[in-house]
Amino acid sequence: MFYREAGDFKTSYVADSQTFPIKFDRFRYYAVLLVAFAVVPFVINDYWVNAVFLPFLIYSIAAIGLNILVGYCGQVSLGTGGFMAVGAYACYKLMTGFPEVSIFVHVIISGGITAGVCVLFGLPSLRIKGFYLAVATLAAQFFLVWLFNRVGWFYNYSASGQINAPERTVLGVPITGAETAPWAAYLFCLVFTVVCALVARNLTRGMQGRQWMAIRDMDIAAEIIGVNPLKAKLSAFAVSGFFVGIAGALFFAVYLGAVEVGEVFGINKSFLVLFMVIIGGLGSIFGSFAGAAFLVLLPVLLKNVLVGGLGWPTDLAAHFEFIIVGGLIVIFLVAEPHGLAQLWRVAKEKLRLWPFPH
Amino acid sequence: MLDQTEGYTTEDGRKIGGVVMEMKNITLRFGGVVAIQDISFDVREGEIRAIIGPNGAGKSSMLNVISGFYNPQEGEVWYKGEKRPQMKPYQVAQQGIARTFQNIALFEGMSVLDNVMTGRIRQMKSGLFSQSFWKGKAEREEVENRAFVERIIDFLEIQHIRKTPVGRLPYGLKKRVELARALAAEPSILLLDEPMAGMNVEEKEDMSRFVLDVNDEFGTTIVLIEHDMGVVMDLSDRVVVMDYGKKIGDGTPDEVRSNQAVIDAYLGVAHD
Ligand SMILES: Nc1ncnc2c1ncn2[C@@H]1O[C@H](COP(=O)(O)OP(=O)(O)OP(=O)(O)O)[C@@H](O)[C@H]1O
Ligand SMILES: [Mg+2]
Repeated sequence: MFYREAGDFKTSYVADSQTFPIKFDRFRYYAVLLVAFAVVPFVINDYWVNAVFLPFLIYSIAAIGLNILVGYCGQVSLGTGGFMAVGAYACYKLMTGFPEVSIFVHVIISGGITAGVCVLFGLPSLRIKGFYLAVATLAAQFFLVWLFNRVGWFYNYSASGQINAPERTVLGVPITGAETAPWAAYLFCLVFTVVCALVARNLTRGMQGRQWMAIRDMDIAAEIIGVNPLKAKLSAFAVSGFFVGIAGALFFAVYLGAVEVGEVFGINKSFLVLFMVIIGGLGSIFGSFAGAAFLVLLPVLLKNVLVGGLGWPTDLAAHFEFIIVGGLIVIFLVAEPHGLAQLWRVAKEKLRLWPFPH
Repeated sequence: MLDQTEGYTTEDGRKIGGVVMEMKNITLRFGGVVAIQDISFDVREGEIRAIIGPNGAGKSSMLNVISGFYNPQEGEVWYKGEKRPQMKPYQVAQQGIARTFQNIALFEGMSVLDNVMTGRIRQMKSGLFSQSFWKGKAEREEVENRAFVERIIDFLEIQHIRKTPVGRLPYGLKKRVELARALAAEPSILLLDEPMAGMNVEEKEDMSRFVLDVNDEFGTTIVLIEHDMGVVMDLSDRVVVMDYGKKIGDGTPDEVRSNQAVIDAYLGVAHD
């Protein structure tokens, strides 16, 4: 009886197209935000921040970015790792080149630079689709990693070939570097995640999102009703790249602090984010969060249960994880292409009618 | 003969204006196949203009030429008194020419409302930044255009399926949603490719009524392809008859009906 939309009538179009049209959903959303901003920072420790919260927040941004491209606009990309690397290296160059500018600005500009690079690699999408586009983005992935490995300018000719984040502060509080407190890193990423999610939600429920989805569902019809395919596709690459770039910058600067490009932003990263999107739900912002949470939590959970609890060897547990993720991908692709988000929607639908199913 | 500039008044008293679109000597080939051969005709403001002809006559190809999907090898398209340069389909749409398809072309993954809202693309100009924050111009546009779209939705009596994903709708309703999406564009010319194909009698009657009402209430010029002769004779002001890519008749339904070439080519085929 607690989950009801009866009596919750909309009297204006503004109210009807809001993000959470049902009151209960809206309250839950505010509650989550309140806990995330006002409770979590006080209770988390180093382990939770590094094992769960930072990867979850950052991967969520990346998954939202990829979901806009794949789930909303229907353009496949296997270059996410490479594009995250662009964000990371852009951030590194900005941090070392302009130390007086706020890290906040650096992260945003890194997103912008990645957006540009993403558009460049998105140009083939005007000619090719599906499998062939996937191969083209795969080429981008390998090219970008190769570039950051080979060209010394990108890593400031450091002997190790790695990039290391120098210490930077926001309002006097260290955000990057060894001195960073867990809560500060967490809050910094949280702000980006929340703003990115809101922007993505606004874009996808408005005219831009409709154009992307029109291209995804039937590009010829989209063009005939007036969607400029060039603009629609490239804007999807740009917005997607912006988010993925921010994720890459945060992943390097705040989360890891030091990066070796092939190891961190290799093809595995591209697949990981793609799996998040598929498991979470193509074409759903909530699904991007669900997918990120699932694939971040799964290894932590398995490690604690199998290795910690049952005493399995670590490598066996790791292989077990591959099997589970692989199986789930197949199941979701075949049975539920809209992923966890759809399961959640169906559950809500049932709950809404319960206990009177008709 | 019809006057080029003045227009005329129909039997039921509707005012038809001057020529709004003119096809001049259009020829379209696909390799060896000549889909359209040297066809000319005009469309007047406010009229319902039908194109009829047997299967494969080239009717859909003609609509595709008008909407910029095919570029004819020869001939010119004149729109609102100007020769149209070669255009992409989306540019034609931006000029105010909307259409439906013979095989429904809706966005299956989107709701009815979103499908119809997409038709408003010509009217919604807010930028990416404004839309990102759902403020200012973006929000205002969204509300204003939603109000317009709701009027179309009421008009076509599809309020009850507003939020339903299009993929779940039956055929007849899909056809109606597609019409709604085209109407949402407030087109100056509406192209309908067999809007009644595959419908039962009742659905056909509904659709005929909608076509007439659209023409009447919004003053929209309509170019209509239809197989059902009865429907064509009832609805249209003037008819172009095509056969094997050639134009074999052009005039009022009565004129066309008594044209011997038309009887031989089309009516004969339809009745054997
Ligand atoms: N894209 C294409 N490539 C090759 N041939 C085509 C193409 N489109 C149409 N044609 C050919 O052009 C001719 C006219 O086709 P069109 O679809 O315009 O006919 P139609 O009058 O709409 O017929 P129907 O009543 O069956 O819809 C046919 O012979 C068809 O095979
Ligand atoms: Mg046809």
